[in-house]
Amino acid sequence: MRCALGLEDGTVFVGRGFGCEGTATGEVVFNTALSGYQEILTDPSYCGQIVTMTAPLIGNCGVNTADSESTGQHLSGFVVRELARLHSNHRASGTLDDFLQAAGIIGLAEIDTRALTKRLRTCGALRGVISTEIDDPVKLIERARAASEMIGQNLADRVMAKEGSNWPAESGAGQFNVVALDCGIKHNILKRLNAAGCSVRVLRGDSPADTILRSEPDGILVGNGPGDPAAVTQTVSTLRELVGRLPIFGICLGHQLLALSLGAKTYKLKFGHHGANHPVLNLDGRRVEITSQNHGFAVDRESLEQVGARATHVSLYDDSLEGFSCDDKRLFAVQYHPEAAPGPHDSDYLFGQFVAMMRRHSPPT
Amino acid sequence: MPKRSDINTVMVIGSGPIVIGQACEFDYSGTQACKALRDEGCRVVLLNSNPATIMTDPEYSDRTYIEPITPDFIDKILTLEARRETPVDAILPTVGGQTGLNCAMEAVERGILDKHKVRLIGATSSAIAKAENRSLFKEAMQNIGLDVPASGTARSRNEARKVMERIGLPCCIRAAYTLGGEGAGFCTTPEAFESAVELGLRRSRVGEVLIEESLLGWKEFELEVIRDRHDNVIVICSIENVDPMGVHTGDSITVAPAQTLTDREYQQMRDSAKAIMREIGVDCGGSNVQFAVHPTTGRQVVIEMNPRVSRSSALASKATGYPIAKVAAKLAIGFTLDEIPNDITQTTPASFEPVIDYCVVKMPRWTFEKFPEADETLGLQMKSVGEAMAIGRTFKEAFQKVIRSMEIQRAGYGLDKNDRWLESRSQACLAVGVAVATAQVAQPTGADRQDKAPLVLGSRQGEAPPDVDESSARGWPIEDGVLRTKLQHPCQGRPYYIRYAFKQGWSVDRVHELTGIDRWFLDQMAELVEFEDELVSRADGPSAARSHDGTGGDAPPWTRYRRFGYCGQQLRNATPIDGDGPREDEETDDTGCFKLVDTCAAEFEAATPYYYSTHEAPLLRIEDGKVHKIVDDEFRVSSVPHVIVLGGGPNRIGQGIEFDYCCVHAAQEARHLGFRTVMINSNPETVSTDFDTSDVLFFEPLTHEDVMRIIRRIDSEGTIRGVIVQFGGQTPLNLAEGLQADGAPIIGTPPESINLAEDRDAFQMILQDLGLRQPPNGTARDLAEGRRIAANLGYPVLIRPSYVLGGRAMHVCNNEEDLNRYVSDALAATDRVQAPPGGHAILIDKFILDATEIDVDAVADFRQPNDPRGECVICGVMEHIEEAGIHSGDSACALPPHSLSPTILEEIERQTKVLAKRIGVCGLMNVQYAVAGDLVYVLEVNPRASRTVPFVSKATGVQWAKVATSVMLGHSLRDTLWERGVGRSPKPLMTSIKAPVFPFHKFPGVDAVLGPEMRSTGEAMGLDDAFGPAYAKAMIATGLSLPLRGNALVSVNDPDKPRVVPIARELQRLGFKLFSTIGTHRVLKAAGIHTIVVSKRAGAPQGFLLDLINFGVMDLLINTPVHYGAAWEEGQWRAAAVARGIPLITTLAGAEAALEAIRTMHEKGGHEAFGVKALQDYAAGLK
Repeated sequence: MRCALGLEDGTVFVGRGFGCEGTATGEVVFNTALSGYQEILTDPSYCGQIVTMTAPLIGNCGVNTADSESTGQHLSGFVVRELARLHSNHRASGTLDDFLQAAGIIGLAEIDTRALTKRLRTCGALRGVISTEIDDPVKLIERARAASEMIGQNLADRVMAKEGSNWPAESGAGQFNVVALDCGIKHNILKRLNAAGCSVRVLRGDSPADTILRSEPDGILVGNGPGDPAAVTQTVSTLRELVGRLPIFGICLGHQLLALSLGAKTYKLKFGHHGANHPVLNLDGRRVEITSQNHGFAVDRESLEQVGARATHVSLYDDSLEGFSCDDKRLFAVQYHPEAAPGPHDSDYLFGQFVAMMRRHSPPT
Repeated sequence: MPKRSDINTVMVIGSGPIVIGQACEFDYSGTQACKALRDEGCRVVLLNSNPATIMTDPEYSDRTYIEPITPDFIDKILTLEARRETPVDAILPTVGGQTGLNCAMEAVERGILDKHKVRLIGATSSAIAKAENRSLFKEAMQNIGLDVPASGTARSRNEARKVMERIGLPCCIRAAYTLGGEGAGFCTTPEAFESAVELGLRRSRVGEVLIEESLLGWKEFELEVIRDRHDNVIVICSIENVDPMGVHTGDSITVAPAQTLTDREYQQMRDSAKAIMREIGVDCGGSNVQFAVHPTTGRQVVIEMNPRVSRSSALASKATGYPIAKVAAKLAIGFTLDEIPNDITQTTPASFEPVIDYCVVKMPRWTFEKFPEADETLGLQMKSVGEAMAIGRTFKEAFQKVIRSMEIQRAGYGLDKNDRWLESRSQACLAVGVAVATAQVAQPTGADRQDKAPLVLGSRQGEAPPDVDESSARGWPIEDGVLRTKLQHPCQGRPYYIRYAFKQGWSVDRVHELTGIDRWFLDQMAELVEFEDELVSRADGPSAARSHDGTGGDAPPWTRYRRFGYCGQQLRNATPIDGDGPREDEETDDTGCFKLVDTCAAEFEAATPYYYSTHEAPLLRIEDGKVHKIVDDEFRVSSVPHVIVLGGGPNRIGQGIEFDYCCVHAAQEARHLGFRTVMINSNPETVSTDFDTSDVLFFEPLTHEDVMRIIRRIDSEGTIRGVIVQFGGQTPLNLAEGLQADGAPIIGTPPESINLAEDRDAFQMILQDLGLRQPPNGTARDLAEGRRIAANLGYPVLIRPSYVLGGRAMHVCNNEEDLNRYVSDALAATDRVQAPPGGHAILIDKFILDATEIDVDAVADFRQPNDPRGECVICGVMEHIEEAGIHSGDSACALPPHSLSPTILEEIERQTKVLAKRIGVCGLMNVQYAVAGDLVYVLEVNPRASRTVPFVSKATGVQWAKVATSVMLGHSLRDTLWERGVGRSPKPLMTSIKAPVFPFHKFPGVDAVLGPEMRSTGEAMGLDDAFGPAYAKAMIATGLSLPLRGNALVSVNDPDKPRVVPIARELQRLGFKLFSTIGTHRVLKAAGIHTIVVSKRAGAPQGFLLDLINFGVMDLLINTPVHYGAAWEEGQWRAAAVARGIPLITTLAGAEAALEAIRTMHEKGGHEAFGVKALQDYAAGLK
């Protein structure tokens, strides 16, 4: 099955299709993680994006029932250099091809993913169209150019679960009750909170403050999600009400939303940070954390410091802000993914830090 | 945190001679370490006994000691350095392999470091001890909650049974404290267990067996990890072994990055590795951690860790572009990872984890053909001597490329002349009258200095057959039983049998059950097989294949074919050549391109031009409504003239680090002269494949097709000043003619002149012309003719096949009986060759008895034969210790010669110069002579870099490969020498001895005798002011510590008997107690020397010699062979001596030299009395 990817800059890649048939548009980004394609495919933060993996051999481990990061399907397309014909892993329950087909995601294989990555590196993230239907390259490019821009899109709306859910702590009754605001939250965040002794109540990201407070949480976690943070206005205003009232931990989009609620600014990165090898300097201990990252927007450090927050982490790649805290407001956040999945566990300590903060605020009964 | 202020002078320990398991990867790591330390302002004191290393070039350290790597010599050097203004502050033991680490640890244990107030950096002694000691390591792992294989020890069968009940079957049993895995075995049944325990208890010196859970068939992984003193830990690379547990990693095909782990499993492994680094306490350096993963339960266990850089970290460095050794050295002196920049991107720090967007496959290179008695089955002990690595965008591509890199006459995974399936198919097609192409020879490959084969484009006889035992696969289809055996037992040919299994319709599951290789890898191979079937079965040939687009949007088959890593040769073999043959496809194929190795999968721009070739689908650019097809090629054009240096490919016996040394020098000199230097090589262990050795690095197979692609690419944009083929050994030489025919400008001695020296008849004419002498000789095509010639020449004669490498099947025949025996061997060795004009032939030379063999290296600048403006300078004259008849690579040698008269020396120099002029040598040349009495015989001339160039360079203080490069690039020899301040006849700085090391102990039972066939893997150098101490040091450096007294066995063959008397007398005088076999005893008794007679056979009244050796009674064996091979008693003695590490001398000349060394040691008062001196001090003329 022929499949093609057209970019707004006038480039077309033609290869072999897999997964689902059809046509879809989205912002094209690359992810440099060597492992964890299943987690990436199920991460709601990729909503509205066409993701290409720089690792060339994908599908080797098939897919399994345990590693998905959400139940929904969010990507517009998935692009690889070579799709494994046969997978081999003791936990595998199916092939990547079938998985994409069931998820309604269009896959494209056998294109020069490195050339694509270099274009994205040079031009920045581009709008694109992936299609098994459109043959004419000129038409593909027209479609890509007609796709909507990422800036200004509230995609979190699209991916937050319709209803809330409960994630009890691993050992029955948790020490703390946490409300996790879902803007497309990854399951592993919830699992790591559980492992840290928290029972989690997941609420939609657009829930009003009083709904949140009604469940009497010891702390709030603002999770990851897709799109432009500046467009997620509802959550930002909710956070404005909550900040300072109880411990809050923000991750990724949550980091950006908290910054916005404090009055800081966000901006779009050229091609974003998507990978599992990003070095982040923890300014407190001068230690390096190798982190999992997936974000196209970042918080403007200067504007954040002006509103009294303290930068705690910076990227060693481009100096961009990777974490901040407002100790007086019992609030901290990181731009990257301490829950990993996929990626290294170097920053797992942050969940402990969150628990410690809740403990100081409201010792467990 | 900046550099530690308390470390100013660092001693770096190298790894010594190249041995199996420790090859030139430690030259790469040591060189990087020395450079990094000096960059940071440290003074570097280096200890390494291997002269063929770049790291021992005097410019890489402040003080270069080419001395034996032992604690005593460390002590001497520290003492000497302390007397100077800046004593050594610290020793870096982690870049010199196990040798460096063990030696440093011994020095710590003996208090040497404390005495000199020197500390270890890179890894502390407690960390090393914890990592290296099995039980401490196991305990440490359990402390941090990691899983290790279950195990226990037992001193009785009852105890053993109890342990087994806990562990279960299958299990692995090792006898405690035995040599080289002796008494180790796997057992799967209770009966096998009982007998293995019994055997183990008996074998063990302490009556103890270690019973360990069997991990046979588990998946094997390695992580290369780095930690700094801020506890930042990063994983540089993950490596997955294709061959599961049970095969030594060094003998496994390995892949980077790991391919069959989900992120969850990989992160678990990464977490474990970090925890291990912390627990063991490696706080500023690199380590390698190995894991096994159960294929169906996913259980992960820790196997071991090496707290140092290793072969795998060299591979990881080349695979990712991340310079592990360099970074580790900087961490050792106090830097942290975030302070060190990433050399490749130059904008990001070294504190990240490299990601790669290609697949790397490493394949080991064995040389079993050199040890026909050795067990080829791969197991717990490493047997390969080298390796090649290949980079491709997919596993399939890299896998094919790495096979082509092996120098084993394979063009890839099948479809070459060694492909039995293709052969059977061709025959079948011929039988039914269908025209098919017969397979062409894979590619021009190796042959060695001994060869006289004319270089015919693309048809040069190679070296190792692809699978020494592929004879069991005669006929098609291959019997199921044969295939099953081949798949069950890991051996070097197994991948090809896997292919045959797929060809015969076996399923991936069935092959998996037999091999234990993960299904993903097997299916990759199966995919190639299926694709090949599709290609081959297209009866209407490649033109149809070209237009076929049956798979919808799939790439056209030709593109797919290239993207699967096949080379043109394979396609030509697979498909009939009709009017418009596949050649056209090749030329119109527009998918080939070069991509960058950049540590970051293209996320950032890379500053270093480190490339690999691949094939990619073109992308389309739509501009002004027009569609342009573009293949993204990343090669960066430069208008600076290019000099291309072809490297040597994988290490093997006969071609090793010496040639890499020359290639590195060529690149450095060309760069120095203002050229943009391009290195092409496929060996990940080398300095030449470091991205900063040359201006541009191509990590590629050294085949005609692959090299021409690079040359065409460079030529299409820039200019090529020249291609250098004479430094990389036989590999590039074999390509020379073909490259020249395709328009590549070969510089230096032209291929025609190189051939001139290799063409037997032409060479004879030259010698006659010049009035030079050659041993009388003849050419025979069968035994009868051989007998006639030998009788005419008179015995002994030397016979050799005409087209072989490294002295394959060469023999000295003392009589007709020998001749009868070996001629068939020699003729058989040529069996595989396409018959040269006139049929197969063996060469028979009169063997000059008692001749001294001489090696001469020279540089000349003759631009053509007899060029009157040319000159020739002698770099060095080396006298072999062992007599002619022992392969020159296996003979120890002395520079300057220790026994030649000035007249003979002068004559040798004269002959070398006239030969250089007559042949028209431009660059390096090596001539071998035999001197008998006053007569000088020319044995052979090789107008190229020889194995001895680095040794001569160290001994004379002149970097001759650089001189040669300058000459080849058009400078006159006179100017080049003048610029370097070198005279027209440079004198050696000291007495230098080169001594070979052998891998016999890795091949238990193999007869350890020397002969015309080269079998050494490396060499050590001994330096001193006189022959005796220099020779003794060289011996110590090879690990063969000569005894000062004790029991010596003397047993020599008849021709040697007269000469053995003075040797025995001197041994006795020095206090040795002499033993001898009956024949030798009689001769010695007649000369008045008393010896104790030992029996050759068990059961005799006298002591049985084999027992005396095995029980460690003997301290020295002098045994010149009557018979060769482990089938003979004497062969067993020699094998036993090797196994027990007892010094074994198999030539009288060797014995004489050893005696002189022992005498020197006696005079000086033992091993401790040697002095040490750095190369820099010799050069400065210091006493």
